[in-house]
Amino acid sequence: MTEPSFTEDMTGSPTAAPPLRAHSPEVSAAKARRWGAFYYAEQVLRVMKGYGWSIFLYSVGQPAAYLFAMGVGLATLVDTNTTSVFFGGVSYIAFIAPALLISAAVMTAATEFTFPVMDGFRWRRVFYGPHASPLTPEQIAGGQIIAVTCRFLLQSVIYFVIVAMFGASPSGWGWGSVLVATLAGLSFGLPLMAYAASIKEDKGQFAMVMRFIVMPLFLFSGTFFPLDTLPVLVRWIGWISPIWHGTELGRVMTYGYGESPVLTIIHVVFLLGLAWLGWVLTKRQFVRRMGQ
Amino acid sequence: MPAKAAGAAPPQYVITAENLTKTYGDVTAVDGISFSVSAGESFGLLGPNGAGKSTTMKMIGGVAQRTSGSLTIMGLDPEQHGPEVRAHLGVVPQQDNLDEELKVRDNLLVYGRYFGLPMSYLRPKADELLEFAQLTDKAKSKVDALSGGMKRRLTIARSLINEPRILLLDEPTTGLDPQARHILWDRLFRLKEQGVTLILTTHYMDEAEQLCDRLIVVDKGRIMAEGSPASLIREYSTREVLELRFGSERNASIAAELEGIGERLETLPDRVLIYTNDGEGALEEVSGRGLRPLTSLVRRSSLEDVFLRLTGRSLVD
Repeated sequence: MTEPSFTEDMTGSPTAAPPLRAHSPEVSAAKARRWGAFYYAEQVLRVMKGYGWSIFLYSVGQPAAYLFAMGVGLATLVDTNTTSVFFGGVSYIAFIAPALLISAAVMTAATEFTFPVMDGFRWRRVFYGPHASPLTPEQIAGGQIIAVTCRFLLQSVIYFVIVAMFGASPSGWGWGSVLVATLAGLSFGLPLMAYAASIKEDKGQFAMVMRFIVMPLFLFSGTFFPLDTLPVLVRWIGWISPIWHGTELGRVMTYGYGESPVLTIIHVVFLLGLAWLGWVLTKRQFVRRMGQ
Repeated sequence: MPAKAAGAAPPQYVITAENLTKTYGDVTAVDGISFSVSAGESFGLLGPNGAGKSTTMKMIGGVAQRTSGSLTIMGLDPEQHGPEVRAHLGVVPQQDNLDEELKVRDNLLVYGRYFGLPMSYLRPKADELLEFAQLTDKAKSKVDALSGGMKRRLTIARSLINEPRILLLDEPTTGLDPQARHILWDRLFRLKEQGVTLILTTHYMDEAEQLCDRLIVVDKGRIMAEGSPASLIREYSTREVLELRFGSERNASIAAELEGIGERLETLPDRVLIYTNDGEGALEEVSGRGLRPLTSLVRRSSLEDVFLRLTGRSLVD
């Protein structure tokens, strides 16, 4: 321990520098009750900063690669052989751009709301450190969600800028697709987070989620072609898919896709409802598991 | 401990548990235990694995709900006032849960933020605690590069970031080599000198003897005995113990021939223990009966002997 240093006060008399003191437990508890989720989010963001470059490269590389491949490859073929009416009166690249933006957020959700949750409870048990502090299980869950939401926003902004550079967002409301992508990510991610929090042992469940839930949703949610071109038998996949609801909303934003306002409201309610349900289940799961 | 003045106020308890019980389905992990801990006291829970020590610690730490009974920490019920109770505590869990993706110093900073502490306090405090934990030169290392002992010291440093007056230590030295254990004991002893209340679980008798002013011996969720290490040894054991080994095949059969030597005899699979106040005298008596053990050892009684007496089993299975 170092000796206290001495400084001169305004009157010129020497005074001891105040010793290093934490504020009282009461203040800690009050602050944690109010801001606890943000304190935990700060920790998750610090950890994410450690792999910030890969987040950035993923955020830039994926849209650039997809849009370039679709824009100069598939789009040329599609635009030559179909009328633009088929894709709502816009180019094929404008048609798929919001779908790719939303799908990217959902795929990030499939990663950020699964493995880190398992890590927190089981592998490195990182949730149990803050649980011994004034933070509550709900706040730990909330902090994780806030941090991932930040990642959705950052990634979607980058994606949108690249979409705009490709001229694939003709509407002035295109930026709204960033918020839609974030909402779609939460809508898919929060129920998944509740499921991840319930898993006691890793038996490859997350790989199954990617293969048998995320990929079918990606392919059958009106991503590359309108949903109503699919046989009725598989169209339901789109109806229950956050990717489809998000994509349709995104299209309204980026090129003013003319769908019924009722349908637009249904998309918003569906996404919000699923996110809310996921949050309720996640909270319950965190409280139950951490209170044992 | 300072001598108590006549008519002094009763000790102020920082922790009070009454009939504390915790069950998991049909299993009763903690079975109606009652105890109190005074401010500045070093209090231990000694018992084998599965005795209910960690469950008791989790309930004190406000992270596990009790099934019945009452519990107050600083006068607060941890189930009603979880954040307020935990804000008073420093916790060193049995299993390290440091953030291995962060650097050593960042672990302290991040943890301090959970208490709402500002960076202006946390930066110098983290440096002070790294010095205390003898980890200053590792400040910028990743946690996974640390040895087991260093991780344990970092966990202790982390638990002190909010300057808690109560420190909960669940098996703090399990799995550490003797040198690392002694360094840790030294750090804990310094905290004790500073007036921090230590609540410690352990199944190491030497750790309990070194660090605890008072302890409860726990087995199968129940308190078997309570007192200071010295008083427990005095009450439940003799001053010395003579340990004799005749070979695992012969220990039990020879025990009958040792009857009458010392105050009490305990036959274990690997050795025979003779409880006596004069170990050397007892050894002479053994020789006098023409018995030749393979090895013999006279030692002072320990808490291990207390536990053996109370439960008929050894602390470390």
